[in-house]
Amino acid sequence: MAATTQTPRTPALDAPQALAKLATYPFQILTFVDRDGYPFSVAVEATIDPTAGTAMFPAPAGFSIPDGTEVSLTGSHIRPQPGYGYDERRHVTVWGRAASSADGSRLVVAAARAWGWDEAEVPFFEYSERSIGQSKRYFDALSLERGTPVKPRLSLGALVLRTTRLPFLSATIVPVVLGIAIAARQGSFDLLTAVLTVIGASFVQLGLNVANDVFDTAQGADDANVTPTKFSGGSRVIQYGLVSFRQMASLATLFYVGAGLIGLLLLALRGSPALLAIGVIGFVVSIGYTAPPLKFVYRGLGEIAVAIGFGPLMLLGAYVVQTRGTLTWEPVVASLPIALLVALILYVNEIPDRRGDARVGKRTLPVRLSKATVIAGYRLAAVAAYAILVAGVAVGLLPIPALLMLLTIPLARQVSSGLEPNYDNPYGLMSVMGINVKVHLYAGVLLLAGYLLVLIAATLAPSVSLFLGR
Amino acid sequence: MTTLPEPVEQLLEAALVGELTVIDANGRPVTYPLIPLYDGERIYLTSSTLFSRKLEHIKANPRVSLSITDPIAVGGRTDRATIQGDARVIEEDPHGGWERLLPIWQKKEPSIVYFLTQRVALPLFFERSLIEITPRRAYYWADGNAATAPVTTAAGRQAA
Repeated sequence: MAATTQTPRTPALDAPQALAKLATYPFQILTFVDRDGYPFSVAVEATIDPTAGTAMFPAPAGFSIPDGTEVSLTGSHIRPQPGYGYDERRHVTVWGRAASSADGSRLVVAAARAWGWDEAEVPFFEYSERSIGQSKRYFDALSLERGTPVKPRLSLGALVLRTTRLPFLSATIVPVVLGIAIAARQGSFDLLTAVLTVIGASFVQLGLNVANDVFDTAQGADDANVTPTKFSGGSRVIQYGLVSFRQMASLATLFYVGAGLIGLLLLALRGSPALLAIGVIGFVVSIGYTAPPLKFVYRGLGEIAVAIGFGPLMLLGAYVVQTRGTLTWEPVVASLPIALLVALILYVNEIPDRRGDARVGKRTLPVRLSKATVIAGYRLAAVAAYAILVAGVAVGLLPIPALLMLLTIPLARQVSSGLEPNYDNPYGLMSVMGINVKVHLYAGVLLLAGYLLVLIAATLAPSVSLFLGR
Repeated sequence: MTTLPEPVEQLLEAALVGELTVIDANGRPVTYPLIPLYDGERIYLTSSTLFSRKLEHIKANPRVSLSITDPIAVGGRTDRATIQGDARVIEEDPHGGWERLLPIWQKKEPSIVYFLTQRVALPLFFERSLIEITPRRAYYWADGNAATAPVTTAAGRQAA
């Protein structure tokens, strides 16, 4: 496991920079340690000269501050938000030795060191991420003091949610249920194996999610990322000390073993060479996503691996379980728009991770490509997804109601237009990433709804075809 | 009950932020803006384990001060105060021990209750220790002006 990468918690601030910031505050808080050994603070209004590196102010009444005393000057700001709390947090402190002016009426501080934080420069979430090393040190020291491990905690439900990234299971449910629906439309449906397929495929994704954190941690990628969001940067449960590296490795193994057992059961119940091939390829793609030696995502092949895994492999795998190995072009074509849209989830989620990824040699497409190319790539792939759908309907491979998926175009446009202004702002990009997840989910659900309409129509009006040219 | 002057207590109750100063290993003052929570006897502040260096300083040297200086953070009041005291870190249960102060915290920052429901998003922020300050001395500037000597009050427990 890689050692925790040390990242500065706040940008380096030299004394002249800090003084320039300090000058923007309406007053400064002068602090020193008094004769009794307690800190003492008093608000002063200093004349600040960043070029000279000094701050000068009238000596506060009632106190004697001997020359050479180390003092600090702090500026602190918040903006109250009634009914909510506050925002616009920023503060800056400079330290230096105090000296009396020639007439003794004023004190001059020559700034030597500085520290500060401005949430407009380093967003709170990033500041927190940069500080997880301090939290680890705290718990380590407390554990040593008590002689028993003390760790941060989450409720079991929240921990499971965070560790497995459960909400992202839609990436599996969509293609698998679609594959089952297409088979059902063609007259093949078996409830038991359909349920087993959904569970087995879900285990594969959960195994992948957890294994992804294990291998990204082992290779330093998650430690190097200080701008994770709820869509990117992994679950971070290892970095936060909530779950150990070993526990995560065991959990990933457990999910893969569970998936493997269900796969074997499905082979026994509905076995076919096609299912075996899909299962083996799926396992290799899933493990090889972040694990050496394949490390697809580190080589800029993550999008292709995800597209294949969560598009054709999931959909066709579910389909051939139902059809006992028979393959047709319909599920292949239906899987392609889903494959492209799921790959675009990863593609956009990699944008805020690209700096951390680049530091550890994770050469994803947003690391390799320019901003303009990445945005153009998104548009091209999204257009391709919809074009394949329309072409599939036009040639009679997909049913006409599948065109319902086109209703997600406005959402895809929102993502497309949101990338440019938020490209360098991970937290601004969060809402764009959220919409992008919805594009895939809603597209899948609408495609599924289209197939449901076909099934209903086939029952109510068997003579009416909802396929062009049939 | 402490013997903090009434206007100082009012400032503590009103302040959305105060400046906690601790002394580091080199004997230098280090100042942190924090929300002061006052229960009528002692002053409490909470610190996430993410930003827990101040706790290390307090454990090594419990002498601290808390100043209330920003008129914007006290609803426009222009008076100011600094309270010196002895601090102790309460860390029996960083996960939930601090939540007993939630009612006072919520009065100043109502959104904290919502954020706590989103604990899964930022788990380490809500692993917190308490800083309990027993006031020893209070300095009060009625006009908020450092050119005027403050009124000094020794603060200690009154005889029951």
